[in-house]
Amino acid sequence: MFGAQGSGDTSGYGGLVRTAASTGSSERPYGSYFDSVTDDLERAYPDFADAIERVVVDRGELTLHIKVSRLVEVSMILRDKLKFEMCLGVSGVNYPDDKGRELHAVYPLLSMTNNQRIRLEVSVPDSNPHIPSLVEVWAGNNWNERETFDMFGIIFDGHPGLTRILMPDDWQGHPQRKDYALGGISVEYKGATTPAPDERRSYR
Amino acid sequence: MSTYTDPYAASRETTEGTVFSVTGGDWDSLVTEIGQAKEERVVVNMGPQHPSTHGVLRLVLELEGETVTEVRCGIGYLHTGIEKNIEYRNWTQGVTFVTRMDYLSPLFNEAAYCLGVEKLLGITNDVPERATVIRVLMMELNRISSHMVALGTGALELGALSPMIFCFREREKVLDIFELISGLRMNMAYIRPGGVQQDLPAGALAKIRATVKDLRHSFKDNENLLVGNSIWMKRTEGIGYLDLAGATTLGVTGPVLRSTGLPWDLRKMQPYCGYENYNFDVITADTCDVYGRFLIRVNELEQSLRIIEQAVDKLEKLEGAPVMVADKKIAWPAQLALGGDGLGNSLDHIREIMGTSMESLIHHFKLVTEGFRVPAGQVYTAIESPRGELGAHVVSDGGTRPFRVHFREPSFNNLQSTSAMCEGSMVADIIGAVASIDPVMGGVDR
Repeated sequence: MFGAQGSGDTSGYGGLVRTAASTGSSERPYGSYFDSVTDDLERAYPDFADAIERVVVDRGELTLHIKVSRLVEVSMILRDKLKFEMCLGVSGVNYPDDKGRELHAVYPLLSMTNNQRIRLEVSVPDSNPHIPSLVEVWAGNNWNERETFDMFGIIFDGHPGLTRILMPDDWQGHPQRKDYALGGISVEYKGATTPAPDERRSYR
Repeated sequence: MSTYTDPYAASRETTEGTVFSVTGGDWDSLVTEIGQAKEERVVVNMGPQHPSTHGVLRLVLELEGETVTEVRCGIGYLHTGIEKNIEYRNWTQGVTFVTRMDYLSPLFNEAAYCLGVEKLLGITNDVPERATVIRVLMMELNRISSHMVALGTGALELGALSPMIFCFREREKVLDIFELISGLRMNMAYIRPGGVQQDLPAGALAKIRATVKDLRHSFKDNENLLVGNSIWMKRTEGIGYLDLAGATTLGVTGPVLRSTGLPWDLRKMQPYCGYENYNFDVITADTCDVYGRFLIRVNELEQSLRIIEQAVDKLEKLEGAPVMVADKKIAWPAQLALGGDGLGNSLDHIREIMGTSMESLIHHFKLVTEGFRVPAGQVYTAIESPRGELGAHVVSDGGTRPFRVHFREPSFNNLQSTSAMCEGSMVADIIGAVASIDPVMGGVDR
């Protein structure tokens, strides 16, 4: 009932295995305006097949997985030819189990001209977390890239001033990474101790 | 010049030049010392503890006389790690975290997050209509209370005290409604994945109707104070200029974008929560300045009142309909009720799980402690908050907790435009420009 399989253990302490987050490439037709967007991009960008690793349509949203080295080229075309005038920042995601592509950067794009949304996603390994900066394409990504650097340690090459933005300048580590402990201290009250949130016994 | 030496107002030499600390009583000595300096260029730190920086915002200003040549924002003073914390709680508990991000528009944070979770669960169309209408009603009430703070503090920061008093008075009436409905005035965690926390209490609709009437009347008082007021116009017209090209490239949304003349409002352009079924207008201005943004907020109040009235009409027809999704594997098991010691599980529910049904008890325990599972994937849901596009990027790995939740905060993105708006203007105009962006630092820093 609650997703438990195999032993059917519902106590929560049986080491229930979570399903891995993996989505393959979607098949055409994608539906909605996604076909026309990808067609337009293919026409405007001859290297489409090489630059776009996967096209994923999931839950009514289109995600283009792009090779890191081609990110700026594709973004320029999306902005100028396909009228995606606005980039709504960048959100980092850390997948420690996705070996060789642990760090993902996700860029939601908005076209106000055509009233469309798509999403770009690039991934880099933990050992070489370099992504070209998109500040020259969408100037508004400046702070967003600083935030993602601050939180995930992704280095945006070509950013005009890649410094920490939310954490103090001398902070060690990048808090949103999965290997960064939540921290906190246990609290004692009337003889009973409540452990720190990340040390509490809890369901997984 | 006073003979008293202030121990905190000293000057010291650094590699960057002389640094003065100003505490307020030592202006004379400061002016004398700066007057002796050969350089015209002065770097001033404004904030983070400054009454007119709209929160804990630090502005580093480079001045030539009274002209601002460079502005840089320092943020992060209110960083609370909400996006990290949320990964250690279940999906329902996440609501109590996101509601505290932008504390002036808690219901919008909750709505963006819940719409994201519902999209991941694939239950967007299963959310009962009554719950959706209540969400719209609450969001529009929240838009009013948020705009009241924007207008009130904006006026206060430019030296107009009365509008602040009036606006906070009106805001209080809206917060009373929130308290009546959810039990809390702020940070309600009222919108939950699958619906809303509980149905409206008896008499809520009548009170809302009365309050709407009252507000419509009092908004006129506010308008009369500032709209067309010549002092106000002098402080706001042509100030903080940002045109459409600048706004687009900087990712600026909300009233600041609409002040460039572009009627971009997600409620109209990409409707969510059934906004396509309500009649309202998108307010724009074409002046690209502080006055335009002020007028937009003033006029959006009336549009919100219109939506609220329509929502109340709809709710009267939907009396008794469910407010939580029917799927028992997702819906919160407990019915809440107001008891003598505050809001808690209803006695009927307690009686059932403790006295009648063991299965109900197990079900309750599992859902409340472990939570429901959300299929793996990622979504981005965007709604029109009082400050612009509020987006929630929600990622699940199939577990009972969010894998990653990132909020695209309009305050954060809009605040970036401070430099573009203020460089080349006078020092005093920075206050107006920042106030017109209406950044909420809780949202900026999260």
